[in-house]
Amino acid sequence: MLNSKIPAGKMEDKWVDYKGHCKLVNPANKRKLEIIIVGTGLAGASAAAALGELGYKVKAFCFQDSPRRAHSIAAQGGINAAKNYQNDGDSTFRLFYDTVKGGDYRAREANVHRLAEVSANIIDQCVAQGVPFAREYGGLLSNRSFGGVQVKRTFYAAGQTGQQLLIGAYQALERQVALGNVEMYSRHEMLDVVMIDDKARGIICRNLITGELERFFGHAVLLCSGGYGNVFYLSTNAMGSNVTAAWKAHKKGAMFGNPCFTQIHPTCIPVSGDHQSKLTLMSESLRNDGRIWVPKQKNDTRKANDIPEEERDYYLERRYPAFGNLVPRDVASRAAKERCDAGYGVGTTKQAVYLDFKHNLINKYGRTEALKQGIENPDLETLIRLGKEVVKEEYGNLFDMYEKITGENPYEVPMRIYPAVHYTMGGLWVDYELMTNVKGLYCLGEANFSDHGANRLGASALMQGLADGYFVIPYTIGNYLADEISVKPIATTHEAFEQTEKAVKDRIDTLMNIKGKQTVESFHKRLGKIMWEKCGMARNAQGLTEAIAEIQQLKKEFWSDVRIPGEISEMNPELDKAGRVADFIELGELMCKDALQRNESCGGHFREESQTEEGEAKRDDENFAYVSAWEYKGESNWELNKEPLEFEVVKLTQRSYK
Amino acid sequence: MEHSMINLTLKIWRQKNAATPGKFETYPVKNISIEMSFLEMIDVLNEELISDGKDPIAFDHDCREGICGACSMYINGRPHGPWHANTTCQLHMRAYKDGDTIVIEPWRANAFPVIKDLVVDRTAFDRIIQAGGYISVNTGNAVDANAMPVERDNAESAFAAAACIGCGACVAACKNSSALLFVSAKVSHLALLPQGGPERKSRAMSMVAQMDKEGFGSCTNTGACEAVCPKEISIENIARLNREYMMAGAVSDK
Repeated sequence: MLNSKIPAGKMEDKWVDYKGHCKLVNPANKRKLEIIIVGTGLAGASAAAALGELGYKVKAFCFQDSPRRAHSIAAQGGINAAKNYQNDGDSTFRLFYDTVKGGDYRAREANVHRLAEVSANIIDQCVAQGVPFAREYGGLLSNRSFGGVQVKRTFYAAGQTGQQLLIGAYQALERQVALGNVEMYSRHEMLDVVMIDDKARGIICRNLITGELERFFGHAVLLCSGGYGNVFYLSTNAMGSNVTAAWKAHKKGAMFGNPCFTQIHPTCIPVSGDHQSKLTLMSESLRNDGRIWVPKQKNDTRKANDIPEEERDYYLERRYPAFGNLVPRDVASRAAKERCDAGYGVGTTKQAVYLDFKHNLINKYGRTEALKQGIENPDLETLIRLGKEVVKEEYGNLFDMYEKITGENPYEVPMRIYPAVHYTMGGLWVDYELMTNVKGLYCLGEANFSDHGANRLGASALMQGLADGYFVIPYTIGNYLADEISVKPIATTHEAFEQTEKAVKDRIDTLMNIKGKQTVESFHKRLGKIMWEKCGMARNAQGLTEAIAEIQQLKKEFWSDVRIPGEISEMNPELDKAGRVADFIELGELMCKDALQRNESCGGHFREESQTEEGEAKRDDENFAYVSAWEYKGESNWELNKEPLEFEVVKLTQRSYK
Repeated sequence: MEHSMINLTLKIWRQKNAATPGKFETYPVKNISIEMSFLEMIDVLNEELISDGKDPIAFDHDCREGICGACSMYINGRPHGPWHANTTCQLHMRAYKDGDTIVIEPWRANAFPVIKDLVVDRTAFDRIIQAGGYISVNTGNAVDANAMPVERDNAESAFAAAACIGCGACVAACKNSSALLFVSAKVSHLALLPQGGPERKSRAMSMVAQMDKEGFGSCTNTGACEAVCPKEISIENIARLNREYMMAGAVSDK
């Protein structure tokens, strides 16, 4: 029943052949076709712009006050592309191979190959839009390295790459608004999909200013609503990031793929207390120049700078000499947890490791600058001064941010870091055309499951969001809409709109009428604690079984004792949050069930029952080389469908970064 | 790291909606860890208000990493509070002493009407971008990214201008509620790059026209905008915009 619609032919020919043969919609007909896009991050904004440019009538929605604020904006390090500008051996094939391997062989080869193919076009498009990427003195683009690969293919704009790419897509979107091709609805939250004759034909939204429910028709609906890391309460996601749009689609029949695949990012600022509302990432690019270490001695209370070189354990360099500090995220995170659990952690909570820039600041940057400026035999002070200037240019905003949050100066003392939830590889199941199993309902970017397998490599999220929006959906949606040209816009007085809106209204009324004692926030925190402890960096059958029972209990308590202040017909952020938390609770249960059935370790999913003698993740390709696609069957009830993963090109091996 | 707790008095602007007049309310907050962020302190207050059956304070916020530009509080007479080059979400309670009183207001500008409490409507900024804050290049048109070298200094100045997060602090700080720093940052970002060249004239003209239409005031060069900008956008950009605007006016053939 799951048809991934992967085109026949050789891997490198599939996308070219698809584009050559897919159905097209002529320009006059495009103007009669309406497309709804939910979410305006990189995937949504780029799709809205690209489809608007083609002449479709687009309606775009975001819950923020402006499309420019979507959380793609916070991506720091960079965007990958197989340009091989560095002449260091990169190619489309290598980017494809690295991504499949980095994802621990749980991604669909054909999708990943297409991603690698269009990666170069993305950089061209962004430069043409005016994205100010970092450049060399000769005026050409600069690259940096990222984890899990041995070439330099990452394009960047200081530590603000996501911001610059999103502003580029946002400007392209606003241009289409000005031209009348896109209608933008900000402060609108999608609360359900409207289905007519088994096809997605519209959405119900809550206007977050007035509280009114509004109906919108579309010949197709695109969900570009991002990831669900906030199910853990504490994550690097924005406060508003949520699963609601994807979850509503799931409850209307769209299958959820690999929900348990979560990325825990190794370098985040550690939790400082119970008040903590979110966690802040320190870009992976810092691992280019920062060395990660803990003291060799347990419970060492000395200050970092007082611990001599020979008493430091650079554990990543020790365990993984080939990749060192640039191992993939899942590996680096587990290694940090291992050291802290073993009693070598640093800082007041002992749940942190050091990320130290001194070595490269002095030796790499300081010496190069001294050489450039013709300073012979520079003293240490000069090297530090010169090195600092370069580091400031590369990572200045990140260092400033670290200092504001912690009150410590990372140019002087090493950063303290610890892993935190950052990205979700799982998401709505989609086929090669990015359509869910519900006709006319598409899912792009982080919200879908398709490209990163069980672990995403750094600088690949931005690549996927823009690939889906600029270069994939403009082709694949035509293949569907070509058969819809005779469908007239359906009036939103249609009974399907009536009924769906009523169901949404009833749920809101129910929530408001509980009038219990506990705040929405307190439920969210409790959910997060269960998820982090039992479905976080390490998982086992007992913990997951307990977590499922605890979440079901929490759900009962939520629906009988939550307190939501204010009224329905006004701006009410607590009500917005309550709806999102209710969905997170249901998702949490599914994630635990998915993690429980996948009795193997792969990528970010680490089952303690399945590890090598050295404590590395141990895959079980014989039994688990599939995508789990869960079908909603009613309360706490899901059916598991499996899409077998067939590897035609990449040979499955135990991942090694040693 | 010190773990000290402080007690504060907050005076916060409360306004039910755009149609209802607002007023200040006073709230004491106790046992605030100095490691908290400013918004986490408001979270604590809101949890108390909800538990007491009162309406929590509405405020815009999202990324809490100083990059999305959503947060927008006017704190003791200064947008985003006392720290230099900072957003409200990155302000931490280390900035305050036990016993301090903090006055918190929304952005005040005719072009940014209050929606509720500390939340204002900043869609005027989106409409200014719609007027020309882009390069007209359709997807698929692009040549190879390295086909056109860009002088490194120009690329860096363009990046510095493009770092604007569209928060509106510049408008809130300006006695005339001018949006010129915001507009000039976008005009500069695009004018400094060769790709932005073909539309330089029309962009400067139409963005300024839209700014006027939205009801933002005029620039009188006091520099308050630059002083409070969380991303340190320089008023040199305003000088550049003025040149762009004059050039466009002088040679415009449309």
